[in-house]
This record gives sequence, C-alpha cells and structure tokens, in this order.
Amino acid sequence: MIPMLIGISLISFFIMHLAPGDITNNESAFNPKASEESRQKLREMYNLDKPVIVQYGLWLKRMATLDFGKSFASHQKPVFWQTTDKDGNVSKGMIQQALPITLMINLLGLTITLVLAIPLGIIAARKYQGWQDRSITLFNFIGFSIPGFWLSLLLMYWLGVVNNWFPISGLHSLNYDSLDTWDKIKDSFSHLFLPVVIPSITGLAGITLFVKNGMLEVLQQDYITTARAKGLNEHKVVYRHALRNALLPLITIIGLSIPGLIGGSVIAETIFAIPGMGKLFYDAVLMRDFPVVMGILTIGSALTLIGNLLADVAYAWADPRVRRGVAR
Amino acid sequence: MNLGTLKKSLSNPLAFAGFNIIIIIFLLSMLAPLIAPYDPNFINVKAILLPPSAAHWMGTDGLGRDVLSRMLHGGRISLLVGLVAVGISTAIGIILGSLAGFYRGWVDTVIMRLVDIMLSIPSFFLILAVIAFLTPSIINIMIVIGLTSWMGVTRLVRAEFLSLSEREFVTASRTLGAKNSRLIFTHLLPNSLTPIIVSAVLGVAGAVLLESGLSFLGLGVQAPQASWGNILTDGKEYIQFAWWLSLFPGLAILMTVLGYNLLGEGLRDALDPRSQHK
Amino acid sequence: MSLLPRTKLFIFLLLLAGCNAPSKPTTAVNYDLNFASTSGGTLINAMTGEPSGLISMIASESASSAISSNIFNTLLKYDKNLELEGDLVESWQISADQKTVRFKLKPNLKWADNHSLTSADVLFTWQAVIDEKTASPYASDFQLVKKAEAPDALSFVVTYDQAYAPALDSWAGLQILPKHMLENQDLHTTAFARKPIGSNFYQLDKWAHGEHLKLSKNPNSALGQAKIDHLITRIIPDNSAQFLELMADNIDLMGLDPIKFSRIIPARPELQKKLALYKELGNSYTYMGFNLKHKPFDDVRVRHAINYAIDKQEIIDGVYLGLGINIASPYKPGTRWSNPDLTPYPYNPDKARALLKEAGFTDSNGDGILERDGKAFSFEIITNQNKEREKSAVLIQRRLKEVGIDVRIRAIEWASFISRFIKTGDFDVVILGWGLGLDPDQYNIWHSSQQAPGQFNFIGYNNPKVDQLLEQGRLELDADKRQEIYHAFAKTLLEDSPIIYLSAGYGLTAIHKRVKGIDNPAPPAGIGHNAEEWYIPQPLRRNEISHH
Repeated sequence: MIPMLIGISLISFFIMHLAPGDITNNESAFNPKASEESRQKLREMYNLDKPVIVQYGLWLKRMATLDFGKSFASHQKPVFWQTTDKDGNVSKGMIQQALPITLMINLLGLTITLVLAIPLGIIAARKYQGWQDRSITLFNFIGFSIPGFWLSLLLMYWLGVVNNWFPISGLHSLNYDSLDTWDKIKDSFSHLFLPVVIPSITGLAGITLFVKNGMLEVLQQDYITTARAKGLNEHKVVYRHALRNALLPLITIIGLSIPGLIGGSVIAETIFAIPGMGKLFYDAVLMRDFPVVMGILTIGSALTLIGNLLADVAYAWADPRVRRGVAR
Repeated sequence: MNLGTLKKSLSNPLAFAGFNIIIIIFLLSMLAPLIAPYDPNFINVKAILLPPSAAHWMGTDGLGRDVLSRMLHGGRISLLVGLVAVGISTAIGIILGSLAGFYRGWVDTVIMRLVDIMLSIPSFFLILAVIAFLTPSIINIMIVIGLTSWMGVTRLVRAEFLSLSEREFVTASRTLGAKNSRLIFTHLLPNSLTPIIVSAVLGVAGAVLLESGLSFLGLGVQAPQASWGNILTDGKEYIQFAWWLSLFPGLAILMTVLGYNLLGEGLRDALDPRSQHK
Repeated sequence: MSLLPRTKLFIFLLLLAGCNAPSKPTTAVNYDLNFASTSGGTLINAMTGEPSGLISMIASESASSAISSNIFNTLLKYDKNLELEGDLVESWQISADQKTVRFKLKPNLKWADNHSLTSADVLFTWQAVIDEKTASPYASDFQLVKKAEAPDALSFVVTYDQAYAPALDSWAGLQILPKHMLENQDLHTTAFARKPIGSNFYQLDKWAHGEHLKLSKNPNSALGQAKIDHLITRIIPDNSAQFLELMADNIDLMGLDPIKFSRIIPARPELQKKLALYKELGNSYTYMGFNLKHKPFDDVRVRHAINYAIDKQEIIDGVYLGLGINIASPYKPGTRWSNPDLTPYPYNPDKARALLKEAGFTDSNGDGILERDGKAFSFEIITNQNKEREKSAVLIQRRLKEVGIDVRIRAIEWASFISRFIKTGDFDVVILGWGLGLDPDQYNIWHSSQQAPGQFNFIGYNNPKVDQLLEQGRLELDADKRQEIYHAFAKTLLEDSPIIYLSAGYGLTAIHKRVKGIDNPAPPAGIGHNAEEWYIPQPLRRNEISHH
C-alpha cells in the first residue's frame, strides 16, 4: 500500500505543478495596491520559490510524520486535523471538518440508492424483458442522464420557492442552535433531503442494473434449478437462495464507490452550499492551495485503498465458498 | 461485432429507441450548418431573451442569439468531445490492456498497479485539477477526459485476453509458431471487440454528461463557442424566467446520454449468452 | 408495480422532512408602508466565498474585507460624496512642508472588550502592516512612512520622506487592530483572525464554518449604535441558488446582473412586491488593453482605428441592458478627478478603415481580412471567466470583423490567466477591469517603471509626459492643483488610447423592502454608506429570527 500511496502522491504532485500559478495569484494579484515584493515574500514563506522536486521532497519528509501541513489560502488552517496553539485556541482541520459532512451525505445517498435499487433490480430480473423491466430501465436511465445541476435547480425552485416545502440550500437553519433535539433532527433532515435524494436518483441506474444482472445470472445456476425442481415455491427460491448470492458482488461495488463517497460531488456541494470535500477541493484548486489539494488526494486515496481492502475482507467473510476456502 | 448482434439488440425496443435517438441527434448536429436558421454567433442586441416563437423556435439568449442554431452547432461540439474523449481512452485501454493480458508477468503487474492507483483517486477531482491547471479548451477537455477514463477498458481487454489465450484456437496458433503481433491482431483483438464497443458506447454518454458538469464549474468548453453544457450553464441563472435557455440544452443532453445508454445496454444484453436461454 | 417502493419512500421522506419549513409571515404584509426608525431585527445577505480570516491586511479576498469592515475602523473614511472624513480621528493636519500628517483620535474610544483604543493601537497596526513577516500585500503605501509616533494617547503622527499625496487615502484603507490582543502574535496563524475584537458597529457573534457568519451590535462601538441588531452573511457559492434564496425570502440582499435587474424582477409582481432595486455608480470599469510591445498595437493609428470600430453604446445596451455608462477617463464620472471635457471615441467604422489603411493595412487577397506585409490582421482577445467581459468580447469580435480584423476569444480561469498570460506578457489584447479608485493616483498602472513581471503596467505603456504627470501628482497635496494634473493625465491617456474604455457598469442590488432607511437614488458613495442607519420595522421582521 505504501508504494501505491507514493505513486498516487507523485501523480498528484506533478499534476499540481503542471501549470504556472500559485497562491499569490489570487484576488490581490490584481490589486494595484498589492506589491510584487510582498508576493515574493509569501512565495519564500511557502517554499514556492524552490524547484518542484525539492518541494516534493519537503512534502514527503513531512508526510513521514503524517504532517499534512497548513493551508496557504485559508489563514494557515491545518489541512487534516486540528491543532492547538500556545494559548489553547483550537484550530480545526479543514478535512476534519469537511469529511464527516460529505461522508454522511453520501452514505445516506448510498443507503437510499440500495434500498430502491435492490427491489427494482429483483423485479427487473424476474420480469426480464417484460414491460416492468423495460420501464425500470427507462426510468433509471432517465435519472442517470439528466444533468444533475439542472435537476437540482428545477427541484430547488419547485420544492423550495414555489412550494416552500424544503430549504433551498445550506445544512442548517439560522436558528438551529435554539431548536430542541427533535426539531434539530427535523431541520437537518429537511436540509439534507434534496442533496441526498438527487444524487441517489442519478446513481440508481448502475446499481439496479447490477442487481438485475446478478439475479439473472444466479437464477440460471444449477442449484436454483434444483431448488425449483424440488418444488420450493418461487418466492422462497428467489429470496432465500438467489438474492443472497446475487447481492454478494454488491460489496465490491460499494468498495469501488468509496472514492466518490469521500470525494463528494463538487457540483452538488456548490449548488446546495454544503461545505464538504468536493467544494473544499475545488476551491483549493482554483486558489492553488497546494497543501489542501495534496492532502485531499492523499487522504482520499489512502481511505479508498483501506476501503477496498475492507471490501475484499467483507466479501470473503460473506461468501460461504470463500470462507470455507479460507478455513481449509 | 457483426450486424447480427446489432440487429438482435435492436429487437429490444429500448435499444431501438436509443439507436434512433442517437442517429437523429447525430444527423441534426452534422447538418447544423445547413439546417440552422441563423448564424449561431449572430448577435442581435434588440432581440434579447425572446421566448420561443415562429422566428426563433427555441427563443433567443442574453445576446439575442438564436438558441436553436446554437443548439445545433453546440451539438457538434458536445458530440465531438464525447467521441474523441472515448476514442482516446479506448485506444489507451486497448494498448495497455493488450500488453498486460498478453505479456503478463511484470508488465501486467505494473499496468494493473497503475490502474489501481488511477482508480483510487476520485476521477472527477483529477479531471478538475488538470483542466483548471491547463486552462480549459475543447482539446484539453477531450484529452483529459480520455486520460482519466481508460482504466475500465484496460481491465476489460486484459480479462478478455487472459480468457481468450486459454482457448484452443489461440494455443494452437501459438504452438504453430505465430508471431506475437499476429496473435494479437488477428486472434485476440477481434475477439475482444464487442465488449470494447459496448464500453465505448457507454463512455460517450458519460463524457457528454461530464462536459456539462465541467461547464457548470466554468471549466467546460469556453464561450463564445457553444456547447450544450455551456448553453445550459448560461441558462441556469434564469431557469424560472427564461426557461427556454435551460430546457432545450437540458433535454438535448438528457436524450443523448439516454440514447447512448439504452443502445449500450441493448448491445450488452444481445451479446450476453444468457439472453439466449430466455 | 415496479415504482411502488420508490414512491413509498419518497412519501416517507416527505413526511419526515417536509413539515419543517421555516415559518414566515403568512398574512400578506404590505412592505411599502413607512415606519418610524427603530432598532432591532436581522439582516441576512449572502456571499459566494467564505473569508479565510478577518484580518484584512493579510487576507486578500474581498469576502474578508466585506465582513471585517463592519468590525474594524479606519482612521479616515469617505463620506457619501466621497470626500474624506474622520472615522476614528476627530481631525488631521498636514504640515507646511506637506511631509507630516498629525492625526487626532476621538476621545474615549473603546474596543469591544472594553479596553481603551489609543494611538498605541494605531502605531501597532502600522508596525504590523510594514513588518516583513506579515508580508501584507498592501504594505507598500505604508513603507513610505519614514517615521511614525504616538506622542500621546490621542495623537498619531506620520512623517514621509517627501510629500505623498495618496497618503490620506491609504489611511482610509488600513483597519486598525487592537495591540493588546495581537502583540507577540503571528498574524498568519493567530486565532484572532477567527475571533476578532474590533471597534466598529458590529462584532463577530458566531462563525458557522462553511455556512454563515453572524455579527451582532458592538455595545462599545466607536461611532454610536447601528439600528439593525444582527447581520448574518450566509455562504452560498452558486449564484442561481442565491437568487432562489432571495425569491424564497431567505436572504434580504443580493447583487444582481442586468438581466435579473431589468428583466426578471420587474416582470414578476410577487418579487416586485417585496424587493426594492437599487442602482449605484459602479466601482470599476471594463477596458480592452493592448500589448503595446506587440506589433501592430505599438502604432497609435491602429489603436485609434480599433477604438473607432467598437460600438461602446452597443456594449452598454447589449451586455448591461443600458445599465452602464461610457467613460473617457479612469475615474468615477461626476467626481472631481474625472475630466468633464473628455468624450469617448464615437463609433465610426469608416474612420477606422481609413486609419487602418493609413497604417498600411489592405485586404490584398479579398478574403475580408486586412493584411500588412502579407500577414493577416488577426489577434486573440483573452479575458477571465466573467460573463460581462465575455459578452463584450463577442460584440467586439463582430464589429472588428466588419472593418477587416479577425478576432478570436479565449476565456481563462483566473490563476492561470494571471500567471501564464499577464505576468509573462504573452498576450495581444486583454479585456479586464480596473477599479475606479477614489484617490486619483494611478502610478502603479501607468508609470513606465511599473512593467516588471507581476507589476500592473503589464500592457507596457510608456509615455514620458504621463510619467511626469504621475510623479507630480503624487507630490501635490492641494486638491485643485491635483485635479489639474490628473485632468491633463486623463487627456493624454485618451489621446494615446493604450486601452479602450468599454464601459462602467452600475452596481445593481436588490434589497428586501422590509429594510428601510436606504438612500435612493444612491449618492456617489453608493447605498452602503449609511448602512448603520438602515432599519427593519418590527412588523416586517421575519418570525423565525425575531423571537430569538
């Protein structure tokens, strides 16, 4: 895993330095009152005047102690985890703040997707090429094909402005702190509704298809035919025997979706004003805030690798064939 | 892929619909210079934001340009981005996949590690960063999308090669002393073609959608060049008022992506041996 | 039924979540009624980016100063007619040799935490801004101060090597920081940037990361009490989403583009009922600048020709829907620095063609594009990603084509734009904007010495006469004499035409009608000059906020 991480960091680091431009090219770069000498000072302060390879070396050296550094653009906030200064002031890490939000939204979204996709996939497989199958496929693909930000804005207008059913953007109401617990939960739910539901509609197509194909595959297997021949009723065959095996590969799919879970969606977070990982990354890219870009790519990839490992383990544990293989 | 497969997949009504959508949109875009009622860049300051009418079927935009004409011309750009990007990723995928699947050993290990690395970085982040740093242009967008989406094809080709090379006709020609290049080009590649085509068809859909997302972030095809993505992005500001600015490009993207997806899935179904059982 | 599971879940979620829409005044309220001025209430606005911190001398983004200017004071400020007046100071005197300025602070000033605010704080702030470790982008003005002293608690005296006319303007831009909080702190890392203590009308109450910043009235405010109790600034990155929030009455104030201002809101009665529209003189102008080191832009005839070939009124009508004005000098129209005798180049394509011919351009191959020495007259306009600038470029492209010039357009993301094109001088023509500064000094932009990479005369303008005027203007403190100098400067600039003034767009704002006390029409300083006197009458306040 370590060589993989080094590979990832190398790729990210050099992509980042593809083009000229650094943190000193932000808004003040065009303020005639801002002087070039002070920008040069800043560059020296952040070692941006050194060759790229030296900067990479310095970065690796700090990484060896798991030090992700401090943001250039955001008042030197720590990139990853909080630090406490000599007066006891705690400065929260940027990823520390953004990651839980993104994870929560995406996990909720994934849950909704699974809850919808599994029954849809089963129906589609059982009525393969029937009208049910076709309408599910069509519906799912329409969901997949709509540009997400367009659907979002349409729904924000309809559900937020015309009907005032849901908040339009943000994570909390302004009076959130003064609410009681139950109202807080309701408040959070109503704010999360659109940002969670819209991406899950988009993601439905892939998982439904996966379940459907898995079911089709399993339903042809010998042991299902045997079960049917033994006279077990169809319901039992499908739900007790087939489903379990058809769903197993989903574990792998979930493992593969981890980069998305951690990365979040730049577009959805921008539209819904959610301070998550996607927005953080995008802003960092535009500001040339190198430590943040590197931190997100590295931590994101590391978590992905760990996630994939866990998915493999989970697969092995859930699959009786593999489990027996391991036991033997 | 032979005509039979296509025919068979088109017996599926959804795939048939998808196929037709693609053909229609493709033809409209290709014929844009002939059928567009106006020059897509013709500005008329006196006709700003007109709703659809007989003179402007899809209304006019913030500079009084005819939206229909811009849609038709923008379609060429959007489809071009999709096709070239997929062309690049498929080419890379075929080359790396063949190398890995044919030579195996350390070649395979290196290539598959690279695939793993690329897969573990959120790909949209990679695209964003590269495009922002290289400055967005049609060429850069096509290249970057291509360079960040070859991993699937690589895995696919490699898997096909691995399974094909166990087959008798391959082992036979190998023992007969066929050269490597001959093996690859006459036996292995042609037989792996169908899954590659399916994934390419689905890839075009993804690239068209991706371009619209990049446009939203200001990193797509740049004005004044029209693409569906940037027409839609322009229109989103006025979604409740000048609805025609966002509805038509939104529908065009939806239909195109839908068309490619339906066709892609139809092809996959038709190629899938188990559909014969049913 | 295939769709059943989905529908069920959808309804479930609706039940769970849908019932919590924030309560709003349900009965129809007439926002047009007038009410007496009262204290209280909350004003909610939005911005697209979050400030990095609230120490404006190191934070370079506009989001930071937008908030910090409510928290901190400066020594001087501009009044509604853009004349300097005291903010923290009661009076100021300039010595006879024009090199020394004595500021006298108002008595009994306090910081929000009850500490006294004295000249020691001012001295500390000056030391901080010129400190190399601070690396403030705004240091250069203050580095000219040879000596700064605080002889007593209310006096602050600065001495310059030579008379420096923009000095007063610079002191109107420096927010004074509390010494007792920041002494021995590193400004780049101090927690103060997120928990500031200031002296102005408001203090920071809550900073919900990535969501909003809430300011509340500062009881110790140096200049009396503001009317509105709380200012909340929400962070909403996407403009369309901001506008939806404005329509849904979740924010009170938003900057608008011309289409929303003149087409959308007037066309919708339900928006008109609750939103008032304000138009103020913008703070910047858009120009097209030539790279004077590239041929053929070194030829003044070519620059004149292009100036005549562009229809500026068309840009104002088409891009700004009439909500902009033509300018002929780089100053706010109507202020004393703007030379009233100058008029913009009229649209005259025939004259443009004649001038181009004179400069040696002819269409020898009949393709509609002019050539000189066998080379077609063709160039690229680059601009950053800004709708108005892009649209202007498109209009210019068409007009130039009509006189036989082929133009390509490229919009580039900001950081690359600066580093790859502006700093390297690798461009032909740019469309950009400059601020319409309140002090007339524009040495940094036009003086021939300011052409190094990263400096602001990136178009390479070099005119000894202008250089001399700019140097003279910096040394002259008498306003009338300065006016003469800068009128002469603007005249030469217009004749030379190193840039083409395209337009100065109006600042357009929609504010909810519940907010009263706003000057309309806006004075030269804009509507914000008396924000502390804005008020929200009790009956018009939002329910959700007022009870808490």
